[in-house]
Amino acid sequence: MKNFRPKLPGFLTGMKILLFNMFKTLSPFSPNPNVNYPFEKEIVAPRARGVIALDQEACTSCMLCARQCPDWCIYIEGHKELQPPTKPGGRQRSRAVLDRFDIDYALCMYCGICVEVCPFDALFWTPEYEYSEYNMGDMLHDKTRLDQWLKTVPEVEGLES
Amino acid sequence: MDEILNSGNIPYVSEASVSVEIETEDMTLNIGPQHPSTHGVLRLVAKVDGEKISSVEPVLGYMHRGYEKLAEVRTYPQITTLVNRIDWVSGFANEIPFIAATEKLMEIEAPERAKHIRLILTEMARIASHFVFNGAYALEIGALTPIFLAMEDRERILDLIESVTGGRFHPNFNRIGGIKPAAGSGPTTKKNVQDLPSGFYQETRDAMEKVLEAVERMEDLVGGNEVFKMRTKGVGIISKELAEEYGVSGPILRASGVKFDLRTQTDFLPYDKFEYEIPTGENGDCYDRWYVRLVEMRESAKIILQAIDSMPSGPLQTKVPKVIKVPKGQSYVRTENPKGEMGYYIISEGGLGPYRLKIRTPSFSNISILPVLLEGQLLPDLIAIMGSLDFVLGDVDR
Amino acid sequence: MIDGSEILVKAGIVLAFALNGAVIFTILDVKGASWMQRRPGPLHVGLRGFIFPLAEIIKFFQKEDITPKNVDTAVFKWAPAYVLASVFGLFVVVPISPTLVGSDLDLGVFYLLAISSLSTLGVLTAGWSSANKYSLMGGIRAAGQLIAYELPLILSVVGVVIQAETMSLVGIVEKQIEWGLPFAISGQGIAFIIFMIAATAEMMRVPFDMPIGESELVSGFLTEYSGVRFLIFYIAEYMNMFIMCAIASTLFLGGYHFPLLPVEWVNFYGPVVLITKTFLLGFILVLVRWSFPRFREDQLQNLAWKILIPLSLLNILITSIMKVVF
Repeated sequence: MKNFRPKLPGFLTGMKILLFNMFKTLSPFSPNPNVNYPFEKEIVAPRARGVIALDQEACTSCMLCARQCPDWCIYIEGHKELQPPTKPGGRQRSRAVLDRFDIDYALCMYCGICVEVCPFDALFWTPEYEYSEYNMGDMLHDKTRLDQWLKTVPEVEGLES
Repeated sequence: MDEILNSGNIPYVSEASVSVEIETEDMTLNIGPQHPSTHGVLRLVAKVDGEKISSVEPVLGYMHRGYEKLAEVRTYPQITTLVNRIDWVSGFANEIPFIAATEKLMEIEAPERAKHIRLILTEMARIASHFVFNGAYALEIGALTPIFLAMEDRERILDLIESVTGGRFHPNFNRIGGIKPAAGSGPTTKKNVQDLPSGFYQETRDAMEKVLEAVERMEDLVGGNEVFKMRTKGVGIISKELAEEYGVSGPILRASGVKFDLRTQTDFLPYDKFEYEIPTGENGDCYDRWYVRLVEMRESAKIILQAIDSMPSGPLQTKVPKVIKVPKGQSYVRTENPKGEMGYYIISEGGLGPYRLKIRTPSFSNISILPVLLEGQLLPDLIAIMGSLDFVLGDVDR
Repeated sequence: MIDGSEILVKAGIVLAFALNGAVIFTILDVKGASWMQRRPGPLHVGLRGFIFPLAEIIKFFQKEDITPKNVDTAVFKWAPAYVLASVFGLFVVVPISPTLVGSDLDLGVFYLLAISSLSTLGVLTAGWSSANKYSLMGGIRAAGQLIAYELPLILSVVGVVIQAETMSLVGIVEKQIEWGLPFAISGQGIAFIIFMIAATAEMMRVPFDMPIGESELVSGFLTEYSGVRFLIFYIAEYMNMFIMCAIASTLFLGGYHFPLLPVEWVNFYGPVVLITKTFLLGFILVLVRWSFPRFREDQLQNLAWKILIPLSLLNILITSIMKVVF
C-alpha cells in the first residue's frame, strides 16, 4: 500500500487546504461553483428530462404511450369523426380527434418510455423544470398546457464525431 | 446446625466468593429508524452497558418497496426504468446486470460502441458513489467540511451523465441489445441519434483531471489527519475467514486481503482492454476500507481516460423486434456494483415480462455481518464501522 | 464607597460587550465555515448576510416552548441559567486597557478559573433531567470530559502566574510590557498550546464535541431544548469562546499592548488591539473546528490525563527553576 509522505504533520496540511479554500472563495478571480438560484438559473443540458410536450396535430390516440407507461399516468380519451371525402363520390374517412390528453406529473417517473414508443412524433422532451404547484391537483397538465411546452423544445444539437 | 457441621459438606473458606461489582442491567438503546448516521431507515436494537455494546439486532424492512413483485406485472423496458432506483446513489450500475441477463437469455450481443459507452457510464457511476461515501463517512466521524467538497466534485460527474442520458441519478439509457439508439420511433425523431453529444470528450477529460485532484485533496484533508487515523485504524477488523463466511463482497472483501474483483470476469463489458489496478488492504479495518475506495476512484478515472481515447464507431443497438418476447429459460448474471456484487436471476416463461425476478443486492449481505462484528465495541465505534460498510437502505430492503 | 449608578453602568457595558462578542464570533464561525466550504453562506438576510445572528435571535424568541412530559421540571428549566451565569462572570475581570476594566481583582486569575468550572454543573443537569437516553449519555460524557480538562487549564495558567509574580490580570500585562516580549514567546509557549487545547475542550467544540456528538447522539444533552433555552446555550457557547480567546491573549500574548504605539493613547487603541488578538485566536479555533474529526471518549481522556497534565507539570517545574535561577 502506498505510504503517505506528508511534508507537515497531517492536520496542518488539512488546515492549509481549508485556508486556501477560503481565499479562493473570497477572491473575485476564481469561478464561483454556486448558482444563486432564484436570481441566477443553471444552464441545463439540452437532453435533460424536464417536462413532456405534446403536439396535438400529430397525435392519433393510438394509446401506445398510455399502455407502456409504467405508472399509468397518461389519460387519453378520443372519438372518431367523419371527414368529408377528398374526391367526389369517394368514401368518408374517419379521423381520430383528441378529447382529453392529461399527464399527471405527480405520478410521472420521467423515464421517457412514452416519448420513445410514440410512432407519430407527438411527444417531445424539454429541459424545463420550474412548474411546481402549491396544490397537488394542479400537477395534472391538460392538453393546452402540454401544448405550451412545445415552444421550449430545444433544437437537435450536434454529435461527437 | 449440628447436622451441617457433622455432614462433612462444610464449604471451605477458599471456595467462598464475594462479588464486589455492582449488578447493573444493560440499557436498551434504540438506534432508531430516524437517525443521522444510518444511511436511511435502519433500526438497530442495541443492548448497551455504559458505552460498550453487548448485543445488536438489526430490524430491516422499513423501506421495502416490493421490487420483485412489481417486476412480475411489467414488461422488460418498464423494469429497466424501475431498477435503477434500487441503489439510488449509483444509478447506471443497477441496470447493467439486468440487461445482461436478458441478453443472455435472448442470446444477442451488444455492438462494440455500445459496450464502450456502457463501461464509461458505469465507471462514472462508481466515482459518483464513492464521492458520496467519502463525504458522508467523514461527516459521521466528525469532520464537517469534506462532504461539501465531495458534493461539489460530484456535480461535475452528474452533469456529464446528464448531458449524455438526460437524467442525473436515473439514466434509463440501456436497452436490450445496446443503448438507446434514437430519441423516438416517429418519422423525424428517428434521425435524432442519441449518441455522445458534441464536446463530451473534452469535458470528460477536464472532469477526470479534477477528479484526480479531488482524490489527492481528500487524501490530505481526511486521511492525513491524525485524529482520523486514531478513530479508524484497528477498529472493526474483519478477517478473511469472517468475510468469506458471511458473503460480504466489494471493497470490504478487498480490504480484508482477498483480491477478488468481478470486473475481471465479465464478458459483456470490455474491461480486459484497459489497464487498471485492483487495490487491496492488509488489515481489514475501517481505514483500509476507506483507502480502498479512494484508490478505486483514481483507477476508475484512469479507465475512463483510456476508454475515451479508444472508442470504436458503429451502431448503438443490435436489431431487436419491436415487441420483445424473451424465450423460456433462466439466467443469472452478476457484476461489480460500487457497493459490492449485484446479481439478477430471471425466470422467463416466454411472455412480455419475467415470470420471477430475484435481485441479489450487495448491501443486504454486507450488513449481515453487523451482529457479529459489533459485540464488545464502543458506541462511537459502531458509527465508524457502520459508515465504513457503505450500505444504502434502498439496496437492503429493495 | 461605590455607588449604585456606577455599578449599573459598568454592568450594562459588560453585558453589551458580552453580547456583541457572541454575535461577532457567530459571524466568524458561520461565515468562515461557509467560505472554507466554497459557498457564500447566509446571503439574503442583511447586507450580504452579515446580520444573520440578529435574525436567528428573533427566530428563537418566537418559537414554542416545548417541555417534555417526564422531565424534572425545575432542574430542566434552570440548567441553562447555570451555564449562562458562569460565562457572564468571566467578563468582569478582563482588562481592555489599564484603567478600563470591570473590576481589577487582586485574585483575577483565581476568580476566572473558579467561575468557569461552574458550567459543568449546568451541562450535567441538563443531560440528566431530560427524559431521554441519548441526552443522558451526552451529559455523562460531558461530565467526564469537563472535569478531566479542568486540570490542564489550571496548571498551564500557574506557569504564567509564577513568571509574572502576580495574579491580577492588569499586573500580568504590565509584566509583559516590562519584559518586552509576550509570555507565549518568553518561556510559556507550551503552556499557551496546552491552554488553547484545554479551552477548546471546556467549550465542547470539535474536536472535543463528544457530548454533542452530532452524528451519533443528535445534539447530545441539548436534544430536548428548544426555543429560548436553546438560544441561551448557543449564546453561552459563543460568549465562552470569545472570553477564552480574550483571556488567552491577555495572559499569553500581551493583552491591550502593542509595541511602538504611544502610551498616552492606550485608552483608545487598547480595546482595538485586544479585539484583534482575540479575533486571530478565534480564527484559528474556527479553522480547527472545521478540519478535524472528533475524538472518541477514551482517546479524549487519554489525551488529558496521560499527555497534557504531565506536560503542564513539567512546564511549571521548568518555570520555577528559571525563576529561581535568574
